[in-house]
Amino acid sequence: MYNITTMFRRTFHGGVFLSECKEYTVDKKVKAIPASREIILPLSQHMGSPNEPLVKPGDNVKLGQCIGETDSSSFSTAVGSSSRRRRETKARVSVPVHSPVSGRVKAIQDFFNPIYGKAPAVVIENDGNDESTALVKRENPETLSKQELIGIIRDAGVVGLGGAAFPTHIKLNVQEQKKIDTLIINGAECEPYLTCDHRLMVEKTNEILNGIYLLAKILEVSNIFLAIEDNKLSAIFAMEKAIREKIKKFPRPKGHTPVQIVVLKAKYPQGGENQLIKAILKKEVPPAKFPPEVGVLVQNVGTCFAIYQAAYEGKPLIERCVTFTGGCLKEPGNFVVRFGTLLKDAVEFCGGFTDEVAKIIVGGPMMGIAQYSLDIPIVKGVTGVIFLSKKDLELFEESTCIRCARCVDVCPVNLLPTEIMRMVKYSRWHYLDKLHPGDCIECGACAYACASRVPLVQYIKLAKLKEAERK
Amino acid sequence: MKEENFYISPGPHIFSKESTPKMMKDVIIALVPVIFASIWFFRTKAIILLLVSIASCVAFEAGLQFLMKRKITISDYSAVVTGILFAMVMPPSLPIWACILGCFVAVGLAKQLFGGLGMNIFNPALLGRAFLAAAFPVFMTRWNHPISLDAVTGATPLGLVKFGHSLDINYWDLFIGNVSGSLGETSALALLIGGLYLLIKKTIDWRIPSAYIGTVLGISFVANLISPDVYSGGLFHILAGGLLIGTIFMATDPVTSPVTKTGRWIFGIGCAVITMVIRLWGGLPEGVMYAILLMNALTPLLNRMTRPRRYGT
Repeated sequence: MYNITTMFRRTFHGGVFLSECKEYTVDKKVKAIPASREIILPLSQHMGSPNEPLVKPGDNVKLGQCIGETDSSSFSTAVGSSSRRRRETKARVSVPVHSPVSGRVKAIQDFFNPIYGKAPAVVIENDGNDESTALVKRENPETLSKQELIGIIRDAGVVGLGGAAFPTHIKLNVQEQKKIDTLIINGAECEPYLTCDHRLMVEKTNEILNGIYLLAKILEVSNIFLAIEDNKLSAIFAMEKAIREKIKKFPRPKGHTPVQIVVLKAKYPQGGENQLIKAILKKEVPPAKFPPEVGVLVQNVGTCFAIYQAAYEGKPLIERCVTFTGGCLKEPGNFVVRFGTLLKDAVEFCGGFTDEVAKIIVGGPMMGIAQYSLDIPIVKGVTGVIFLSKKDLELFEESTCIRCARCVDVCPVNLLPTEIMRMVKYSRWHYLDKLHPGDCIECGACAYACASRVPLVQYIKLAKLKEAERK
Repeated sequence: MKEENFYISPGPHIFSKESTPKMMKDVIIALVPVIFASIWFFRTKAIILLLVSIASCVAFEAGLQFLMKRKITISDYSAVVTGILFAMVMPPSLPIWACILGCFVAVGLAKQLFGGLGMNIFNPALLGRAFLAAAFPVFMTRWNHPISLDAVTGATPLGLVKFGHSLDINYWDLFIGNVSGSLGETSALALLIGGLYLLIKKTIDWRIPSAYIGTVLGISFVANLISPDVYSGGLFHILAGGLLIGTIFMATDPVTSPVTKTGRWIFGIGCAVITMVIRLWGGLPEGVMYAILLMNALTPLLNRMTRPRRYGT
């Protein structure tokens, strides 16, 4: 059943084949970057309500100490409460942040954030002692109840580490209304350049597996799929071996669902939730709905590792694996970076630049965000940072669409990007209703494939805004 | 905060190697065997018409864009493609002035007046040809024998079958192009090589040619079955006349054909039905040009009617 020969290669409709550019870092072992003298930690690093600081300038903080939270009372009452409705209305979409170092709080001020724009951040002077709060190590977190586990995950500040940074405990709570029977672990990593999930699967195989089993215990699912693209053979082999050993050690313990590895065709955007579900289960998530609608929950492998750390080691989410890569970095690689480390400090650790940097992208080259400066902190949603030199850069001019329909061929959600673009260009907003720009996942495959270099994603984003305005 | 000079743009930050000039160049490469065949069979007449047509299309494009204060975009090669295609659908003995006039209609009326590349409703080369066919029907039906270049009237294979009622067809001559007809339409061999190249490079979509040729085969097979003395077989209808050049280079023109998959099937089938209706029962021996132009007009409607199924429903 777990033989590699029985593995199947699945995919979805549409999408584009990209040159991977993963060779820069795919063989680089994950190294830790030492914490900087000064940490600038944005208070909100997740998607959802903003956090309030729990410390003030002059306070001493320890490593792992919670320093920012959204109205902490709401969730604790919810956990203790027996009323489900009350929890749903009161639990805010938010997770706390913890100090990644020990030291003194210098200031709380607005600072640039690579993903969420300017927002309040805590400036901590690192004393270098890494004096930690008492971490609650747990031998057998499997024995804990579902709600206790969700509480641990929430208190550790775990968010989706695939880039969206959506609070994980909120995602896990959805199943109150919907019966989740399938858990998909996303190890696809379809964006070029990025290799952090790949390296985690190779190096932290057992930890990820334990994290997956905890998720399975919380969700009580009957199927677990671990989805990996076929260009990550070492990760497939490592996970395969670990799963087999686990089975040998515990021959089907009660409640343990076997983890099935699914090998997917390396095609962008395979790592999108809906594309994974389509490829593995042949199911389509209805428009404007989320995966639980079809009984599925998707979690990233990095999140599974964070869940392992939170439950077994009692360690909150204060650092993550980030890929620093690109043509002009001297020593590209995969690094464990504490949140709040400034990008320029990380670059210094990577040996600086060999060439003049022309573009800095946080995230992958398809959906990542170009940055103005090196003075930005690493936050929970950063999967990688790509430094492109001028010769890697593609500068171009938009020309008129010739309706070659490349965008239609590659769209994974059956849209007609060229038609949407035309309607936006000529402000025919009422025509947009039947073109469903709201279904767009903004993967950028259309703009990538466009022969006329039309920035289709921007046009569709504008269409989405107008659609929201009109309603 | 330190001022740095980084490029800022929204994602995606990488792009495919596909581009409009590259697609146009692919079409030109695919047209090379067709050009060679036309020069082989029609000698100097082909060379002169070809050069005049390309030069005047590029000149009209640049000149009109200059006059209309638009950006001059002759470097995207689309005017060159129009020029070659226009020459390829002209009879060999067309006067030079008529060729230049046709190019003006193709580039000026069919393309620039509608807003330039990407905005035209009708295929420029075909609209130019339709104009000449309406304005100077004598020039447009005066054919030459290949190689010897003897002038004959109304003696294309389709004309012979339709008006001469002779079903004596030499298929080998039809296949290599040793028959009278427009410059580029006679050699099925050269057109198929070009078409294969475009299909392999994925510059054109396979659905329109498949639907077009398949439907023509089907209709002519049925017609031939009913009265074999009057209607020739399917292979003749594929090889004779402008069907191959039309289906490979004109009907697949991305600007004037539907963007949806279903739309392309309907487009190809529609072209074939109109072509066969004109060929079998109409007053003209050939109907490819009018078929494609009529279906061009239906393209916006087809795009609207054949939207893909919404994801997840």
